[in-house]
This record gives sequence, C-alpha cells and structure tokens, in this order.
Amino acid sequence: MKNTLEIDHLSTYFYTDEGTVKAIDDISLRVREGETVCIVGESGCGKSMTAMSIMGLIEGPSGKVVNGRIGFEGEDLLKMSKNELRTIRGHEIAMIFQEPMSSLNPVLPIGQQITEPLMEHLKLSKKEARKRAIELIEQVGISRAEQIFDSYPHELSGGMLQRIMIAIAISCNPKLLIADEPTTALDVTIQAQILDMLREIKAHSNMSILLITHDLGVVAEMADYVIVMYSGKIVEEGEVVELFNHPRHPYTQGLLKSKPIINQRQDQLYSIPGQVPNPLSLTESCYFHDRCGQCMSICQSKQPQLRDIADRQKVACWLYEEAAIHV
Amino acid sequence: MSEPIVEVRNLKKYFPITGGLFNRTIGHVKAVDDISLSIRAGETFGLVGESGSGKSTVGRTILRLTDKTSGEVLFKGKDLHTLPPKELRKLRPQMQLIFQDPYSSLNPRVRVGDAIGEALLDHGLMQKGEIRDHVEEVLAACGLSSYHYDRFPHEFSGGQRQRIGIARALVLNPDLIIADEPVSALDVSIQAQIINLFRGLQESQGLTYLFISHDLSVVEHLCTRIGVMYLGSMMETAPRDELFRNPLHPYTKALLSAVPIPIPKLKRERIVLKGDIPSPANPPSGCKFHTRCPFATEICKAEVPVFRHVGHDHYVACHLV
Repeated sequence: MKNTLEIDHLSTYFYTDEGTVKAIDDISLRVREGETVCIVGESGCGKSMTAMSIMGLIEGPSGKVVNGRIGFEGEDLLKMSKNELRTIRGHEIAMIFQEPMSSLNPVLPIGQQITEPLMEHLKLSKKEARKRAIELIEQVGISRAEQIFDSYPHELSGGMLQRIMIAIAISCNPKLLIADEPTTALDVTIQAQILDMLREIKAHSNMSILLITHDLGVVAEMADYVIVMYSGKIVEEGEVVELFNHPRHPYTQGLLKSKPIINQRQDQLYSIPGQVPNPLSLTESCYFHDRCGQCMSICQSKQPQLRDIADRQKVACWLYEEAAIHV
Repeated sequence: MSEPIVEVRNLKKYFPITGGLFNRTIGHVKAVDDISLSIRAGETFGLVGESGSGKSTVGRTILRLTDKTSGEVLFKGKDLHTLPPKELRKLRPQMQLIFQDPYSSLNPRVRVGDAIGEALLDHGLMQKGEIRDHVEEVLAACGLSSYHYDRFPHEFSGGQRQRIGIARALVLNPDLIIADEPVSALDVSIQAQIINLFRGLQESQGLTYLFISHDLSVVEHLCTRIGVMYLGSMMETAPRDELFRNPLHPYTKALLSAVPIPIPKLKRERIVLKGDIPSPANPPSGCKFHTRCPFATEICKAEVPVFRHVGHDHYVACHLV
C-alpha cells in the first residue's frame, strides 16, 4: 500500500531561557493511504507538535524543526518554499483543531470561510463555490444550510462549529486530514456525532487521517494503527487490536490499565506512579524509567531504541531488546 | 441506610437576562429548574450532565455561593439559605468545595502551606503555632511531602496542584466535599491517582462527596448514587449498579452509549442523538429532552413528566417509562 505521509527522524526543538526542550526527539512514522493513524499520549508528549511540524506551523525563533524529513506524496515538505506549502496546506493536507470557537474568524460569515479555500485552491467561481459550500454544510449534517451560510461563528454551538471546521477541511478533498483533539472540547453526545461523521467521510473517500488524542476510547473507535508517545519519543506502535490486547511497553500497559472503563469497575484503579519528567532535565536514560515497575539498571543509563518486534509492531524498551535481536 | 446530610427540595436557580434601554430583565436562564435530591452521610453522589445542564450551579447553590431563586437546601437539617450569616459561617468548615482547574484556583503568590492553613486561622480553629504540624499531616494524607509547605504553586504539576486543592478542603475536617469536575483537567495516568486519593480519603475520614462530572466512566468508579441532569432538570437518579445495568431514561441510555470504550472493534448499540443541546434560556416545552429524544411522542411535547419512583431507589422523569 502507498504511504501518504512518511516522516523520518523528525526533531523539533524549542529554545527557552532555561534550556532546550526537545518537544519531538527523532521520530519516524508512516501513514498509509486510506488509513487512520492515532497518536496518543499525555500533555507535553509532543503529539500536537508533530501535527504542527507537519503543517509547517512551528514558529521561530524559539521553535525550530532541526532535523528530519516529512515526505508527503514523495516530496519533502521541509524543503518547500512558503508559496509551495501554501498550495498544499488546506488543499491536499487539511487540519482541524481542538478549539472550533477560536479557529474560525469571528468577523467573517461562515460561508465566506468555507468558500475561500474552494476559490483559492480549486479555482471555483464565487457562484460555484457557494453551491459547493452549501453541499458541504449539508454533508456534515447541518440542516438549514442556506441560513448557516450567512451566519457568524458566535451564532453557532461548539458542535456545529466543529462540523463547519470539518466541512472546510474536507472541501478540497484532501489526501491527508490532521485532526488535533477534534472532540476534546465537546460533550460526549456531540463527540459521538462528530466521530461517526469522520468515519463516514473516510468511508466515502480514500483520505488518510492522522488523529491526535489523549482519549484511549476515541483511539479504539477510530484507529487502524496507533502510535504511543512519551516525552517527545515514540515508545510503542502497532495495529490497534494488537496494541490494545497485547501492549508491550510498560507505559502503554499502565495507560490502558489506568483508564476507567464503563461496566468494568475495579475497587482500586491502577495508576502510574510519579509524573512526566521535566523536558529540560532529560538524561541519557529511558524517559519512563523512574515511573516503571520493571525498571532495570540499563534503563537508567541508556536509552532503548524503537525496534521491530513483529510485523507492524514496534517498541522502545529494554525488556524486549533480546526478542528484537532475534527478528 | 444512613441519614441524609444534604437535602435539596424543589431547588430553582434562575439567572436574569437583561437587555434593552434600561437593562430590564427580559428573560431568565433556568440553570437549575426544580431539582430535588438527597445525599446520605458517607455516600458519593455523582451528578452528571453535559455543558449547560446546571450541574455546577447545583453544587454552588447547595453551598450558598449563589442565592437560590426558590426551594430549600437542608444541610444536617438546617436551611442554609435562611440561616443568618454568622451561623452560616460557623457551618462553612463542614462543607468544602474543590474546583476543576488547579491552575486558577491557587494564588500564585501565596506559599502552598499558607494557602492550606489560611482557612484554619480564618475560622479560629487553631492557633498560629499549631498550624504547620497540622497542615503537614494533611499534605501527607494527600500524597505530598512536608517540604512542599514552603513552595509556591508554580513549582507543582497539575496533579500535584489538585492534591493541594484537596488538602485545602480537607484541612478543615469537613463532612461534605463538593468536587466540581476535579479530574477533568488531568491526564489519564494522573487522573487515576487522584480518583484513588478521593476513595482512600473517604474511607479514612468518613467523607461525603457530591461529585460533579461529565465523565460517566469516572463517575461509575467513584460514586454510589448517580443523578443525570439535562438542561437544569434531573432526568434520572439511581444507585450506581442499578443505573448502569438498567438505565431507563432515553437520555441516560444515549449518554452511556456515547462514551467511547477503549476496546477496539467492540460491537455495541449506539444511540446517536440528533442535534444540539437547546439553550437553557429558551428550553423546549414539555419534556426538555423531547427535541433530541428518538422515542418522543405527542405527550412529551405537551406535558412535563413527573419525577417519580419506579422501585429500587430508582427515580426517573419520562412519560415512556
């Protein structure tokens, strides 16, 4: 199968007064055509920065993509000029953000914001764009499309605005949709609607989705392939069923165990002790070692590499190092 | 069954909407619209609902942080809303609140130990010299260390700050703690630590909780009885196991089926609700849920359903049950 997105050895650093923060530290990932890949992790693990790096939204001088290659349809996005990027962003790669309320321009009517990329990228006339925009509004499940076309963002609810964001994102039939916590700010019943809709849109097109979330429930519902990040590194990845049923990395195991599940009540929830390390004081160790129940001496002095342990399954942990060598 | 520590009867809280030339009241947001509930000593009552359901307003009105519009709130048999200020203040240490955002609920310029101990001084419960020892004890009970006493809030992570918030409520040795979305801002691994802390403290201190949350999976783990709110009204209350095994209200069913479960390829029946939550300033007639209810009939549009007992301590407000 063809890869839509190929990221190799990407590193994004932020330079602060106190030191360098390695927000993303040498990660590689693939998103196949038509596949949904979820990046999951806790705050500060670098999942959103991955999305921002792909879109070229890391702002200097404090932040910088220092190394790597972001291959999209065979071309390196990092080598492109601003103008070349403009023709791809919002056209072939689209993005939806967590906060629909703050991602739309409050002083422009909804319709104008949907037609803009249609006229810019697909070169539609104003009239054609309007017709297409109304179709899109209907496609994302909003009735009264004509009326909504002329409304302003403050007149709509959060769930409706997120639908509009999705309508804008899919307007140019992107090959890749990056969704950064698209349902986190929404209520559960609205979240269910939005996730259903994303699945439906994907079923009718060959779009790839890179979904970034902290919610393992959303991952289980949406993903084909899952990437688990911790402190800027990928610690484990694999196909969704395998990863949920047989998590290998102690962090993934802990995450899955500490999530309360409806109708599976336990008296005491498992919790990972301690907290995420300070990104300014990371050492040459496994970043998870001081929270890990199976920590060995090597974990404190040397960082494990992400290795293949089976077909489409990788883990970065010393516990599997021997198994990895035999593959 | 133990005695109720809090009894809420027909509580209403309307916020006026003002407008026009003279800022006259032109309508009301019915944040809490005729709610009754009782919380028994030692139990954890979970209040769930989506944004705008009024669950936080219920918590704040119980504590008389906002005045009621009508109805009664009895705390250990005394009506908090008619009590003279002096007597109310005497009761305050017995009921405490924990907030959602551990970042904005701590004063950045006050040392954590002082922030926790302040209430003890304020209520004259302890002398200045005794406070430090007591606060250090409470810090330890909340999973922090005595050296944290002299630190400032910015030196703590989100999970630790929430522990400070809990310590601050706990230091007064309260009977009732109202926790408003205390784990929503935390990461999964930290959230589990705080949920366990809530449980442990309840066992060791005999606390009663009113736990306000939008997350049903958290509520299931922590609460003994659960009330489901929608647009200012109580839709259903039941003991936890009863509610999860036998949800009766269509809204409860939809809410339960909408929670994503971290099991891939799980087959389950999902009730996807249509449309958005209506505005509480202009709620639908009859049953407030009828605009989104997949089973609504004519009677639902016309008549407000009665909140009634259906056995097993299970109450529901629905025409179809």
